[in-house]
Amino acid sequence: MTPLLSVRNLAKHYGARIGCTDVGFDLYPGEVLGIVGESGSGKSTLLNCLAGHLEPDTGEVLFDTRSDGPRDTLKMSEPERRMLGRTDWAFVHQNARDGLRMGVSAGGNVGERLMAVGARHYGDIRAQATDWLGRVEIAEDRIDDRPSAFSGGMQQRLQIARNLVTGPRLVFMDEPTGGLDVSVQARLLDLLRGLVREMGLSAIIVTHDLAVVRLLADRLMVMKSGHVVEQGLTDQVLDDPQHGYTQLLVSSILQV
Amino acid sequence: MIEIENLSKSFTLHNQGGAVIPVMQGATLSVAPGECVALTGDSGAGKSTLMRMIYGNYLAASGRILVGGTDVARAEPREILDLRRHTLGYVSQFLRVVPRVPTRDVVAEPLLAIGTPRDVARARAEELLIRLNIPETLWSLSPTTFSGGEQQRVNIARGFAHAYPALLLDEPTASLDATNRETVLCLIEEAKARGAAIIGIFHDAPARDRVADREIDVSRFTPGRAA
Repeated sequence: MTPLLSVRNLAKHYGARIGCTDVGFDLYPGEVLGIVGESGSGKSTLLNCLAGHLEPDTGEVLFDTRSDGPRDTLKMSEPERRMLGRTDWAFVHQNARDGLRMGVSAGGNVGERLMAVGARHYGDIRAQATDWLGRVEIAEDRIDDRPSAFSGGMQQRLQIARNLVTGPRLVFMDEPTGGLDVSVQARLLDLLRGLVREMGLSAIIVTHDLAVVRLLADRLMVMKSGHVVEQGLTDQVLDDPQHGYTQLLVSSILQV
Repeated sequence: MIEIENLSKSFTLHNQGGAVIPVMQGATLSVAPGECVALTGDSGAGKSTLMRMIYGNYLAASGRILVGGTDVARAEPREILDLRRHTLGYVSQFLRVVPRVPTRDVVAEPLLAIGTPRDVARARAEELLIRLNIPETLWSLSPTTFSGGEQQRVNIARGFAHAYPALLLDEPTASLDATNRETVLCLIEEAKARGAAIIGIFHDAPARDRVADREIDVSRFTPGRAA
């Protein structure tokens, strides 16, 4: 099987400081990879490099495109990369406001992504938007409301609907449950897991919440000071951590 | 079905001066299809550690763990995930689930993960829940709020939903009343009859005598004890 995403030797420096360095992994279709580490460990830098939001200094990011097989997304032209960002990739921001258009209705937010890949029939777009709002548990009668009238949890769910409506194959998520209260978090986790399984999505999730990765991620990568210190099966890394930093991280979890 | 050769394991505690604790050495055993092997030994002898290594939850330091042809000690994460989906089941002592997911779906999950149609998976889940005396009124609730015994039974139902060719059972009859214990023992006997290779830890001696074909004392694999 060809990996959906193959990363080799990726590095990004901020001047003399390391953003992330020497990162390499393969992500297969249907797999969910978690990236954990404390603030400043380079996990968001890495995610942004992978998603094409930041330009890494060195390395390769090979994505298995639908038409031409594996291609280095860092060497693609800007329009090609943008197209990939609309058809095959999705990015769920930590802060829903960064991923939504706050001045446009909920239905419009979802419909816009469809129009970006060529949908033009109003009735179809609206029907699909309604369907997706339902899947993320937003009531149909809120379709014409703006996201500014939504709660934080609803905004986050709307952002997920907006991102998944075009049937992407790879979803990047930056702290998708950060800043939400626990009951909303649980609901979102359940939703994400169902969507990953039903749509066969691959996902890369950056978070500092080990409980979230245990439930969502198949594999885990632990970062510290820009380096990947350990990677493996999620439950193995959490239950039998090999690196000193991971051991410290795991033993620092507060028990509820 | 399950073959273990010369397996060893140690824990290195980096935050306690790099202390190295060897916990297992030279573990060797094999389990044939349709056979149930009970691991015995005192608390701390390494029964659960061995089981977790077979499941790929703990990393082996050296040796081989062949389960249906896959060497868990060397396999890539996605090979282990595939093995866990199709071949190797594990009933742990604790139920760990996504909050808010109904019990019926928790039990059906392993079947859905291998592509079983939803109605078939649900029907199988319901059949197991009935056998394990989980009242129907609880099926649509998340098991996170259930009592210890109920959670244990949901855990068992989930572990037996898919007919895994190899099964690991960690204290499957602990905290169960006589009726439910009997049901669990029947489930184990049925799994053996269909050819599953089973490794179990049973503190309940009569249960062990009934389902286990052989016993293996794990303390002989404990480093420093034999000497």
